[in-house]
Amino acid sequence: MEMVLFVVLGAIAIIAALGVIIARKAIYSALFLLLNFCSLAGLYLLLNAQFLAAAQVIVYAGAIVVLFLFVTMLLGEGRESSKFKVQSSNFLAVVLAFVLLVEVGYVVFSGTLTGTQGSDTPEAIARVGNVQAIGQLLFTDYLLPFELAAVLLLIGIVGAIVLAKKIRNPKSEIRN
Amino acid sequence: MIMIPSSCYLALSTIIFVIGGVGVLVRRNAIVILMCIEMMMGAAGLAFVTFSRYLNSLDGQVVVFLVMAVAAAEVAVGLGIILSIFRHKETTDVDEINLLKW
Repeated sequence: MEMVLFVVLGAIAIIAALGVIIARKAIYSALFLLLNFCSLAGLYLLLNAQFLAAAQVIVYAGAIVVLFLFVTMLLGEGRESSKFKVQSSNFLAVVLAFVLLVEVGYVVFSGTLTGTQGSDTPEAIARVGNVQAIGQLLFTDYLLPFELAAVLLLIGIVGAIVLAKKIRNPKSEIRN
Repeated sequence: MIMIPSSCYLALSTIIFVIGGVGVLVRRNAIVILMCIEMMMGAAGLAFVTFSRYLNSLDGQVVVFLVMAVAAAEVAVGLGIILSIFRHKETTDVDEINLLKW
C-alpha cells in the first residue's frame, strides 16, 4: 500500500515538474507547480512528517502559488521570444542536467545511508505528537534560526513593498 | 510493513531537482524561472525529510520548515523585482533584461 502510494505520488510529482517547464503559458506552469507541491505534501505524509505536509499545502500551495498567479495575471502573457528554439545552449543545458542526474543517481544507489541514528523514532514522536516534537526542537535548539527567519520575513515584506511600489514623481511626494 | 528504501525517495528528489534545473536553464520567462527555483527547493526539502525519517532525527524537518520561510520571502522579493523590471522594460524575458551589460 505504501509502495503504491509512493509510486503514484512520485509519478504525479515528476509529471507535474515536467509540466512546469513544458507548459506554454506561465499560468499553466503555476498550476502544474501547485500539483507538484501537493504531491510533495502527500510524500511528506508518507514520510511521517504531518506538520510539514500541512505547512507545505498552506505556505506553498496557498501563498506562493497564489502569488505567482497574481503576478502572472498582472503582467499578462509576455512574449517569450526564444522559447523552445533549438539552441546550442539549451542542448548543453539538457546534457549537463543528464550528467548531474547520472552522477547523483549513482551516489544515491551505490551507497547505503550511514550516519548516527537520532532518538526521534516514530514511536517516540507518536508519544508527544509530530507538531509538539517539532515545536520543542524549534524553540530550544533552533531558536536563533527561527528568530532570524522571522526577521528575514519582515525584511522580505518591506523589500517587496519597496520594489513593487509605483515611483511617483518627487513633486507630488512633497505635496503629500 | 516493508519500508520503502530511502534511495527511492532520494532518487525522486534528484529527478525533480534536475527537472527544475533544466527549467531554470532553458526557459526564458523570469516568472517560470522563479517557479523552477521553488521546485528545486521543494525537491531539496524532500531529501531533507527523507534523511530525517531514515535517521530518526527531527532536525531535517525543522530545516525544511525554515527553508519554507526563506522561500516565501524569496518569492515576495523576486516577484517584486520582476514587477519593477517589467515597469521599465515591458518584458519578463530574461534575454532582454541585460541592464548590467554595456
